[in-house]
Amino acid sequence: MSSGEPAEADPLDRLRDSDVTLIVGGLAALYLAYVLVGIVAGLSPRGIFATITQLTLLITIYAMLTLALNLHWGYTGLFNIGIVGFMAVGGYTFLMVTMPVAEPAARSAGGLGLPFVVGLVGAVVAAALLGFVVGLPSLRLRADYLAITTIAMSEIVRYFYQSNAFQEVELGGILLGTGGGSGLVGGYTTPFDTYVYDAGWFEGVVEFVDTTFQISGTLGPNIETLFDALVLVVVVVGFYWLLKRTGESPFGRVLKAIREDEDVAGALGKDTGRFKMKSFMLGCALMGLAGALYVFFQLGNTVNPTVFRPRLTFFVWVALILGGAGSNTGSVLGAALFVGVLFRGPLYLKNAIENLVEFPDAPDTVAGGLSGFLSLDPVPFIAFLFDNMGSLRIILLGVVLIVLMKRRPQGLLGHRTETAAAVPLVPVETATPSSVAGSDGAEATDGGRVDTGQVDNEGVDGGGEGS
Amino acid sequence: MVITSVLARGQTVARSGLSTAVEKPLETVLAVVGLLIAGDFVVALLVTGGLGFAEVGQLAKNGLMRGLVIGLAGVGLSMTYSILNFANFSHGDYITFGAFAGWGVTYLVAGFGEADWTNLLLVGAGGGVYGAQLGISITGTPLAVVVGLVLAGATTAGLALLVDRGIYKSMRDAGGIPLLITSVGVAFALRYVIALSYNQSVRGTTSTDIPTYQLPAIDGTIGVNAHDLVVLASAVALMLGVHFLLQRTKLGKAMRAMADNEDLALVTGIPTERVVTWTWVVGGALTGVSGFLLVLWRETINFRIGWVLLLLVFSAVILGGIGSIYGAIFGGVIIGLTLELSQIWIPTDFARASAFALMIVILLVRPKGLFAGRSTA
Amino acid sequence: MTTADPTVEDSEDEPTLKLEVETAELSAVPLRVEDLEKRFGGITAVDGASFEVERGTITGLIGPNGAGKSTTFNCITGFHRPDAGSVYFDDEDVTGRAPHELARAGLVRTFQIARELGEMTVMENMMLAPKNQSGETLWRSVLPGTRDGVRDQETVNLERTWRTLEFFELDHLWNEQAGNLSGGQRKLLEMARVLMTDPKVVLLDEPLAGVNPSLEARLLEHLHELADRGYTFLLVEHDMDVIMEHCEHVIVMHQGKVLAEGEPAAIRDNEEVIDAYLGEDV
Repeated sequence: MSSGEPAEADPLDRLRDSDVTLIVGGLAALYLAYVLVGIVAGLSPRGIFATITQLTLLITIYAMLTLALNLHWGYTGLFNIGIVGFMAVGGYTFLMVTMPVAEPAARSAGGLGLPFVVGLVGAVVAAALLGFVVGLPSLRLRADYLAITTIAMSEIVRYFYQSNAFQEVELGGILLGTGGGSGLVGGYTTPFDTYVYDAGWFEGVVEFVDTTFQISGTLGPNIETLFDALVLVVVVVGFYWLLKRTGESPFGRVLKAIREDEDVAGALGKDTGRFKMKSFMLGCALMGLAGALYVFFQLGNTVNPTVFRPRLTFFVWVALILGGAGSNTGSVLGAALFVGVLFRGPLYLKNAIENLVEFPDAPDTVAGGLSGFLSLDPVPFIAFLFDNMGSLRIILLGVVLIVLMKRRPQGLLGHRTETAAAVPLVPVETATPSSVAGSDGAEATDGGRVDTGQVDNEGVDGGGEGS
Repeated sequence: MVITSVLARGQTVARSGLSTAVEKPLETVLAVVGLLIAGDFVVALLVTGGLGFAEVGQLAKNGLMRGLVIGLAGVGLSMTYSILNFANFSHGDYITFGAFAGWGVTYLVAGFGEADWTNLLLVGAGGGVYGAQLGISITGTPLAVVVGLVLAGATTAGLALLVDRGIYKSMRDAGGIPLLITSVGVAFALRYVIALSYNQSVRGTTSTDIPTYQLPAIDGTIGVNAHDLVVLASAVALMLGVHFLLQRTKLGKAMRAMADNEDLALVTGIPTERVVTWTWVVGGALTGVSGFLLVLWRETINFRIGWVLLLLVFSAVILGGIGSIYGAIFGGVIIGLTLELSQIWIPTDFARASAFALMIVILLVRPKGLFAGRSTA
Repeated sequence: MTTADPTVEDSEDEPTLKLEVETAELSAVPLRVEDLEKRFGGITAVDGASFEVERGTITGLIGPNGAGKSTTFNCITGFHRPDAGSVYFDDEDVTGRAPHELARAGLVRTFQIARELGEMTVMENMMLAPKNQSGETLWRSVLPGTRDGVRDQETVNLERTWRTLEFFELDHLWNEQAGNLSGGQRKLLEMARVLMTDPKVVLLDEPLAGVNPSLEARLLEHLHELADRGYTFLLVEHDMDVIMEHCEHVIVMHQGKVLAEGEPAAIRDNEEVIDAYLGEDV
């Protein structure tokens, strides 16, 4: 058993430094791999650039979702597999709030015509409210029951948006609606169009880049994506900051205790139900925000119900388990690894290899592929697998999840200690060690004395419990 | 009507009146809602004539069929849930696997010599073979259907066992949640191996000409076809078989003991690993057969039929109480009827949503299920 | 709020408690159980138990296995809802209150099998316990304007944590995951943690199991000292020597009922008690 030496340099600061190093280093390695593969395969610089910006965009969305899930599962032990439901509510609410009010003669539904930011706030609030409604009865359930409840809820949400029943609803003279199976298309001029993409300064930047790099055609759309990605990186930093602070606090400490043993937390005077609800609602709100940003940035300000299938939820889970539940740094890295290696990696690799070698026509069926083995020719089978890379990567993803759970359930980074306290928990210099036993009333005057012998009636009657 | 009676059964309102209403507000509200639906149902059926007997009968028959398939799959899920203590999210894909494996054999038997055997075994993947063209039905090609049904069970039992040996066996002590997450991985891998092998298209499987009988109902008739009867007969026979297994055999008693308390079973010398093996075999076989029957009944197949069914199967199992065999069947029928009969009141878009809502309500009100306290009985 | 260190004398001056006893001060009987009953299915675990625990004492609760001691603990501390009977804490009926409410009021417990928070460090375990932590409010912990206050309070709690750890001889394990501790160390951690909540009445469920003898002696000495300062302890313990030497008062339970109570010497010679224990050993 290790005995801690307080003499070492502030360990929390070192940890913080190494966290940033880990995330930046991990991302750099990923990008480098993409660039190298692209160069070796002779992909166009524009293609590589486009791939990387899109990759970044997707990583940021997954990082947000994984961080939020880490609050639920990693910190509080709440088994939420209804992520996609909260995202859907966030995404739909955002569009329904920001879309322009429908013309009186319009046949399709419009929105409330409110500003962009109000839409984001609406997404957060709506998802948090759904979290409240779902959590109120179900947070006391066993983990596996909570899991089934949340995934069923997410499916109910999807059916709700998919249904034609609420395609168009007249509400106080305004034609609102979910758009049913065909979803909603924003189609309005966003603040990003006005102040960025169509603004003079942005066109200047694009022109500068185009003339500098001398690439045929313009990089404009790619630079727009890059700008979007950078905006989202800032949002991820915000998520990270918020959740790091939440974790490194007495609040986070209670959440951890609930994860470990809810009874103990209760026996120590913590109202575990309230803490669970707060953690759940905060996580749901963040998922709602991520859903809105997903709709706006990734889906081009459109939404339709098929986006929100349960598999998206499980993708986020894979990202969390890759990085290691309980760690915010791990969550971000897990998201990057998931998107970069498991989700987008195989398709990019396929693209790269196709650019290099000419594959024979792939057989239509697995039988056609396997029959090649009869004549000791593996090429048809490889061609077949290659042709079905979309399916193959999901198989790979499943296998990775299985292997992780068997071999490394704590995630690739291993157990990471992110201490739940607002100050570094390190030994305190004490003038008179172990003096409790010998203390009497007269001695107990030096404020911070051992308080094991304190009967704090004020705490009992004052009732100033932090709510 | 059945839903209502079940809801009502879940309540104790009738017995202890007001005091219960105060103590259990949620249950009371649900009971009132249930009674209102039942009332509306009876009035529409008998008084206003808004509903026809034949119409309701047809929905109920469809619901029963769906419910039996769900229930059959639910028995397998319920057994592994209670004996191995984890919610197996790959169960839906076992259903799909059973369907494809069984139907591949059915195609092969029915169409032997008519088409390339690999295309037949792959249920027509890659085109060239269609179910309608092979004329598969219980009356047209009885042997093909029966052999396919049996092999659907056998191969799925084998698969379940294989996955257990390769993946779950070394994780027996890992706890329910790690196992659940692992099973999600199994689900993804299995589903897309199936997609890779049998491709992702939706295709018809059966003859377009299946003998249909018209049962008289008061104001019309209810159509029942031969495959409905196959589903009914197979489900009932298998359920009786499971009942016999659990009640009369030593293995069954050991299974029940393990479902109740694994530690106790260990202490009392029940060879748990052998019981686990048989649980997968029996559960897997039932699941595979349910997949085969599902395709026989709905007449189409695709690589997501099981996954899409999974939450409904969970609903059935939870409704009946995890570990209860009769509960799973009963729950399945309730879910099936809910899916169909809910159409009377709400748009069909919400049929599944209403089944899930029913499950959530049961989890909240009566988490041990309607058959609470009778595990694996 | 927790930085203040009111002595027992201070607290006795506080006229805030509703008093029904003659002393006109703090209730002399902080914990009272009346006709407590708890059934599980067909088994009656606690069958009409009644007893009182006096302030400033170490009271022993003993009885053969299955006598209902743990169930009684669970009913008192809100983990089980009794089927009948009442629990009074400082003369207030607290029957059926949630564990966290009772703990906040000063009625706390430890568990028979130590329940450390395994994947939290010893320090985190301890820091969890203090009451009225402003940082347990989410926004206070997060917002820049209020977080400094939270940090100040954490610093104070940290110092107290450290001294307590030193006393319990756990300080060298400060950064260890609690799950890696030995059985005895976990027991100590649990007791140390519960004392960090500023309790009035502490229910200790076999706190000394697995603790080394020299530390056991020091712990018992400390319990006496705390009892002298107004703490009240109800102790379940199987080591009869501990009970006989250290408890002022002993309650014997058997088959869910209170079989006998009194001073240790009287209990030792009680025929019924001896029979109950002998019967158990068969």
